[in-house]
This record gives sequence, structure tokens and C-alpha cells, in this order.
Amino acid sequence: MLKFTEDHEWLKIEGDVATVGITEHAAEQLGDLVFVELPEVGAKLDKGGEASTVESVKAASDVYCPLAGEITEVNQAIADDPSLVNSDPTGAGWFFKLKLDDAGSADELMDEAAYKSMIG
Amino acid sequence: MDTTADLLKTPLHSLHLELGARMAGFAGYDMPIQYKMGVMQEHLHTRANAGLFDVSHMGQILIRAKSGDVRDAALALEAVTPVDVADLKPGRQRYGLFTNDKGGLEDDFMVANRGDHLYLVVNAACKHDDLARIEAALSDTCEIEAQFDRGLIALQGPAAEGVLSSYAPKAEDMLFMDVTELEIAGVPVVVSRSGYTGEDGYEISIPAEETDRIARLLLSDDHVAPIGLGARDSLRLEAGLCLYGNDIDEATTPVEANLKWAIQKVRRNGGAREGGFPGADIILSQFDNGASRLRVGLQPAGKAPVRAGAVLFAQETGGEAIGTVTSGGFGPSAGGPVAMGYVPAAQAAPGTTIFAEVRGKRLELAVASLPFVPSTYKR
Repeated sequence: MLKFTEDHEWLKIEGDVATVGITEHAAEQLGDLVFVELPEVGAKLDKGGEASTVESVKAASDVYCPLAGEITEVNQAIADDPSLVNSDPTGAGWFFKLKLDDAGSADELMDEAAYKSMIG
Repeated sequence: MDTTADLLKTPLHSLHLELGARMAGFAGYDMPIQYKMGVMQEHLHTRANAGLFDVSHMGQILIRAKSGDVRDAALALEAVTPVDVADLKPGRQRYGLFTNDKGGLEDDFMVANRGDHLYLVVNAACKHDDLARIEAALSDTCEIEAQFDRGLIALQGPAAEGVLSSYAPKAEDMLFMDVTELEIAGVPVVVSRSGYTGEDGYEISIPAEETDRIARLLLSDDHVAPIGLGARDSLRLEAGLCLYGNDIDEATTPVEANLKWAIQKVRRNGGAREGGFPGADIILSQFDNGASRLRVGLQPAGKAPVRAGAVLFAQETGGEAIGTVTSGGFGPSAGGPVAMGYVPAAQAAPGTTIFAEVRGKRLELAVASLPFVPSTYKR
């Protein structure tokens, strides 16, 4: 199941674990990324908490935790090579895996059609 | 807050939109931040090839002495600037500073001796204040003409010489900081061999109604790509050049800003025309006794960019703040983060380890020599 947030994140949900990344639209808006700071594995985050920071040549932006949960895995590859987020935002450019406090909480997020209509 | 409706437009505004630029308000103008290539590639393209920048938002001002002698205009201008204008030869340009009574900087600019008049290029955000300052000090002896609607294009990078020379062959013979009138496609333009990227290149002053046509002509060359303000900022940062309002402002002196080189000996203590500019007592005393803080290059040890506003500390934990980062980001040509800021004189030696607070963590930096990327001016 693929879900989206208003902050331009995607979540691929398998059971109670969500793999989280930023959308192609977000990656394009941010421009070439030069730095990614990932959360600590084991960190417990609330919905909307600061999960990660991404920086382009111009500016730093926050990536928010889309749902409450615990970070179980991070993608070290994007910290080593931030350009992966630009070249493959929905694949190799994933950010982290989140064990959801409530697997049902994903239902409130947008599906792909709703997200696409939001970004126009 | 700038709203799009209130923003001014340069003569190249419709060209920017046509080229797919991402626009934003800057100094009251709707300006291109980046084009489709993106900041990173635009930056690298300028260093490898040639970039075309719209800098028409900057203020162009002409000063003519009522006596008809340009030296009289130069001497009059020296009342508001600590630089040596009177000895500037015809056809030459130099970097200038406007100071205030506290020794702080009101703006930085370029001034050229055009033979029968002076030609100034000042910052967009300061241009109305600068004009008022010049009028107040010089209007008794000089005619002052603001050309705030005129076009100004910067063509920067190693291919700039070849591109401009294909339209105006004499551009090739110019050296860094030469200024002359040339003709491009039948249009008389004022060209200086200068810029603000650390690269060889030119700034081309064009009548407003011809600016779009000349820009399109230069862009038709395969070497040339349009470059936005995003890459202009990362290019000048790597080149160690100050951005007025960030790295220098009304509360920083030329000595603190490491701009002593811009004040020639003739205006310093013991010089033939020493002092005589706003804040001279403070600035000249700092020449002799040193300033308590200095602008330095800062090289982050890690990969995280350290940006303007980050507070500096001498130690990794505890202690008082010792300074602030005034410009910082990622340097595409440097291949990593680069920054500039102010530190106490005791910590200003290259190689000194200090720390910057970023998102609650103190990141290690080394004081570094400027520029981060060697300049390629044609001297």
C-alpha cells in the first residue's frame, strides 16, 4: 500500500512497517541534494516530528515523521551519496523504515491519486 | 514581505519566464533564482564554460564634474569612500566602499574612470540610499545621473572571452578591471572585464530596450547558459567575495571585513590624501592597532553545510559564543561545505579549530584562507 503526506513524503506500508522517502515532486523542488542527516535507529518519533534534514546548495529543509512510530532502519546510502535521492527518490533514495505505533493510522493519509491532484 | 505584484522587473524578465526560471523577490525585483539546469549544474557550468547572469537590478550611476575634469569628480567622491579614486586611470575600474561615521560599511561597489566621467555599479538593495549619499556630497560640484533602468549582464567563465570576442573582437584585449565602450550587434555597450564569481569574464551595460536582444544573442552560443542568483551566491562564496548585508554591513569596518587591500596607501595614515572619508578616525586607527574581530574563511570538517547565522564557539562544549557565520553553504567546485564568518583576532589564523552550532550540535570547522577556489582573472 502506497500513501502520501502533505509534506511530500511517500510511505510504502507492509504490515506495521512503513518505508519512507520524499516524492519526485519534492526532490525536484529541493534541487540537487548535497547533504542528508538521518534519524537514529531506535528513535521514537511523533507524527510531524523532525525525522531528517536534507540540504541543497541553497538551503536546508526538514523531513517530518509522517506517522508516530520507531525508526528501525535508515538508508546509509543516501547519507554517503545524497544525489541518490534526486535520481531515484521512490526507490534507492528511501530514507528510513518506521515501525508504526498504530498500523491503522496510515488510513488517514492520501493515496496516490489524491496526492497527484494536490500537487496539480 | 515582497508580493509578486509589487516587485520590479528587469529588462530580461520575460526572457527568464520563457527560460523556465524559478523566480523570487530579491532587493525589490522579481529575479531568477535558478533555471532548469539547477543551482549545482549552473555553478559548475559557469566554472567550466560560460554563464550569463542578469544583474540589471544593480544600480548604475554616472558622475560628471561640472568643471569637466573627471579628477574633480574623483576627488569629490573620495569624501564618501576610503578608496583612491583620483589615481584611477581612464579605462580602469576598482572595488569601492561607502563608509559611515562609525567606520561601518554602507555598501560596496565598482567605480570606473570612463575618461570624462565616473561610472559606478552599486548593490540593488542600497542603490537609492547610495544615490542620495552621492547627491548630498557631490551635487555642488558634479552632475549625477542614475541609470537604474539600464540593463546589466554578467558573462562569466573561461569561455566568456571567446564568446564576447566573437561579437566584439576588442573584448579579447581587455585585462581584469579594464572598462571600455564596445559594440555588440550594432548596440553601443559599456564593458568591464570583471564580475563577482572568481572567474574571468565581463559585465556588459546595455540600454534597457536592447538588453533582451543582446542577452538572447549571447545565449545562442552553445557555451553560454543562463545562471540564476542561487549559483551566483555559491560562486561568490567560493571566491571569498563579500555579500553586502551578509558578510559586511553598517556595523562592520573594512579592517574587520579583511578589506584593507581596498583602501590604497594614499588614503591611509601618512598618505598624500589620508582620511577625509566617513569614519576615517576609527578605520585608520584599526589599520595601526588591528581590529578585535576579523572576517575569515571557514572550512567545515564534516559534510554538513554550515549556513549564515550559525553561532561560533571556541570549544566543542560550553563557553561563550565567539562569532557568527555570515555566509555558508555547499561549494559545488570545492566539493563540500564552505563558509565565511567573523572570529576574534586571536582565533583568525588559518588552521585554527573552532565549532559552529547547527541544529543543536557543535560541528568542527577550521579557519581557512580565502578564496576556496582559485580565481582565474586575466591580469
